[in-house]
Amino acid sequence: MGRITLDKITKKFGDVEVIPPLDLTINDGEFVVFVGPSGCGKSTLLRLIAGLEDVSGGEIRIDGSDATMVPPAKRGLAMVFQSYALYPHMTVRKNIAFPLRMAGMDPAEQDRRITAAADVLNLTDYLDRRPGQLSGGQRQRVAIGRAIVREPAAFLFDEPLSNLDAALRVGMRLEISELHKRLKTTMIYVTHDQVEAMTMADKIVVLRAGHIEQVGSPLELYRAPRNLFVAGFIGSPKMNLIDGPAAAPYQCKTIGIRPEHIAVSAESGDWKGTVGVSEHLGSDTFFHVKCDDISEPLTVRVGGEVDVHYGDTIWLRPDAAQIHRFDDAGLRIA
Amino acid sequence: MARAVTSRRKLINTTAAWAVGLLIFFPILWTILTSFKTEAQAIAAPPLFLNFDWTLENYGVVMERSNYARFLWNSILIAGGSTILGLLVAVPAAWSMAFVPSRRTKDILLWMLSTKMLPAVGVLYPIYLLFIQLGLLDSRAGLIIVMMLINLPIIVWMLYTYFREIPVDILEAARMDGASLKSEILYVLTPMAIPGIASTMLLNFILAWNEAFWTLNLTSVNAAPLTAFIASYSSPEGLFFAKLSAASTMAIAPILILGWFSQKQLVRGLTFGAVK
Amino acid sequence: MATKASRSAARIMMAPAVVLLLGWMLVPLLMTLWFSFRNYLPLRGGDLGWAGFDNYVRFVSSSAFWPSIQATLVIVGSVLVITLVFGILLALLLDQPMWGQGIVRILVIAPFFVMPTVSALVWKNMFMDPVNGLFAHLWRFFGADPISWLSDASMPSIVMIVSWQWLPFATLILLTAVQSLDGEQLEAAEMDGATKLKRFYFIILPHLGRAITIVILIQTIFLLAIFAEIFVTTGGAFGTRTLSYLIFQRVLESQNIGLGSAGGVYAIILANIVAIFLMRIVGKNLDN
Repeated sequence: MGRITLDKITKKFGDVEVIPPLDLTINDGEFVVFVGPSGCGKSTLLRLIAGLEDVSGGEIRIDGSDATMVPPAKRGLAMVFQSYALYPHMTVRKNIAFPLRMAGMDPAEQDRRITAAADVLNLTDYLDRRPGQLSGGQRQRVAIGRAIVREPAAFLFDEPLSNLDAALRVGMRLEISELHKRLKTTMIYVTHDQVEAMTMADKIVVLRAGHIEQVGSPLELYRAPRNLFVAGFIGSPKMNLIDGPAAAPYQCKTIGIRPEHIAVSAESGDWKGTVGVSEHLGSDTFFHVKCDDISEPLTVRVGGEVDVHYGDTIWLRPDAAQIHRFDDAGLRIA
Repeated sequence: MARAVTSRRKLINTTAAWAVGLLIFFPILWTILTSFKTEAQAIAAPPLFLNFDWTLENYGVVMERSNYARFLWNSILIAGGSTILGLLVAVPAAWSMAFVPSRRTKDILLWMLSTKMLPAVGVLYPIYLLFIQLGLLDSRAGLIIVMMLINLPIIVWMLYTYFREIPVDILEAARMDGASLKSEILYVLTPMAIPGIASTMLLNFILAWNEAFWTLNLTSVNAAPLTAFIASYSSPEGLFFAKLSAASTMAIAPILILGWFSQKQLVRGLTFGAVK
Repeated sequence: MATKASRSAARIMMAPAVVLLLGWMLVPLLMTLWFSFRNYLPLRGGDLGWAGFDNYVRFVSSSAFWPSIQATLVIVGSVLVITLVFGILLALLLDQPMWGQGIVRILVIAPFFVMPTVSALVWKNMFMDPVNGLFAHLWRFFGADPISWLSDASMPSIVMIVSWQWLPFATLILLTAVQSLDGEQLEAAEMDGATKLKRFYFIILPHLGRAITIVILIQTIFLLAIFAEIFVTTGGAFGTRTLSYLIFQRVLESQNIGLGSAGGVYAIILANIVAIFLMRIVGKNLDN
């Protein structure tokens, strides 16, 4: 079981309120990702749930019982740190055994669980090594192993992939997702990388300055961002946000159109522009177009290879059904 | 990038450095050599360097004359006891300062260090009086306490600088793993800080071993350590250079060896982490 | 960055160290302060009552006071200059590539581990003895009359002994600092046409600034309190009576606790003035 409820929790450091009153429910078995730019309070929120920081107000309930004042050791949650935080003086086996040892578990049962975890995480051959002798990916697995042997109510991940190189990150992302599918345990995952959020989450919580901007499934956020911040944050490349005369025909302050929802033509369209830099990825081509009447260059995504050059004149036509409209306050107009 | 150094240049460096090194070391070398001479050879003119009859006689005489073993034992007990006691008090304090810092942490640390600067002579009589009242005069327990107190600021400071290099994540991981504060310090922090703790202990042991104000003024017979043993040779009595040398060698040898082995670790602690 | 629980645990864990040091500082300090205002002569009637500021006045107006301040300053100042100058030279020398660097370093550092009573005795007898000392042999070898070091040249002798003890400390810290100097900086200066001397003056010396301050301040604290070296060699005679030693004599030899305590208060004030400077500098270093 691992249902976590945050009820009007707040956090102040001195006089600075980093988390204003915040409500959130995380259901049992859910994979929830906290995402937001650095300094948005996502790690602080995770540490509040972990019990590594006190809340300044409000209540945290784990499986219905009040855990607000329960020390981290007693909350039944496991955490994987950004730095992995392995015990450098212990072997992999002892690292993984540590939480079991602290719980005073019978050694035979400890062994059984360690063997099982090592098997799942491909660590069997490394059990007698020390963390210093392992690669980044292996250390990451040990940190996960240490978390899963406890069979916690929920896993907390604090930017666990940010110290890995790009190739490894994709692999670990899949491994963690697969682990979640198999264990069906609640996972709370903090990242600043919206790609990780989109690919892994059942539910994304977008945070900015301690506020929840929107909660929803990845596709809900993609299809219907609640405000300009979420619109700009979710999706890669970023949504084009257009102010001024080009937005006027849509009766709103700002319109948003994703790069993949703009059609390109050499002859006709709604907006005429000049091609700037284009990025050819093979599978896709991104190009940046400076349009008349639009202050910022627009990013356009076209599938496959396209023969476009710097300085070419081009016509763009946004897919009307995919246009997002925002009012003066930056909120979505339905 | 290092530049290639001509071997001529290196030879000059080597010669100069060895000459200076041996000059600085010479008084110790001379003392050790003299301890193996007879009294007559010790004052021979011109002085004998290596061409003398080596003898262990002086060591025998020194052992006979005063109970070296008891002085040595007192030194070990006082230096060792104060180190261990100091560590027991300092580890929790350093943990607090390094991992749960508050706005006052720095002030407390500085204040602790400033107590080290209280001139001993200024408080000698009060301590003397208190020791008489408490029956601690000339007792090992009394000296262990005093040595612990005068070195406590240094122990706390050194441990603090070492602890600060340990990522707090790892301690938090232990907390998440269900470790109590005791387990966290015992099974996670202490093993990780072993090198730092060891060099702190070494420096403290050396400082306590060599301390010569309180040990001379607060002991007479029972608790007198090697500093007092040596001070008993301060008034000349006939031919005594060889015996003095033997006694000196016996007093400094343990710490000299200990110090040499740990010099690398000692440097950082000695600079209070201010010089990297 | 912590919880209330860990903060209160931290307070509890810090308490023993704080309480012990507070007691160690306050109790004797208050007693010293109390005695300094009393006519307290344990061998001549004990506590003879209130003395007001008499002890303070008497201590300062005694003929031994100013010489003792002078002796203290001379010892501290000379030892600092000697250990710094030779320490820098030695650090630069030891930083050069050579064979057996480790062993040389061990030789140089050795005096630091010798207890002060031993080094004072060894120097006093085996080197400075006017008849049988090694220096006497050396002087005679060159046809000169041996010097009675500890009576005729008492101050230089003490300075020499103490400098020998502290040179390793200075060298070690300065060497660590020299080794941390970025070689590219020196090469850049060389490319800019700086001579060796200029490189030393404009790059190496400023880089050593912090290490030099540490050496000065830590040594000052210990040098203000040197005791064994004087106790064993001259016993405070021949102009080597420092402030510390003067107080020691007043307290233990003349058994005038009131007078000695007043001196103690002076010494504490002197040490605190030095301490304030030290704390400022060390405190700055704490931040990074």
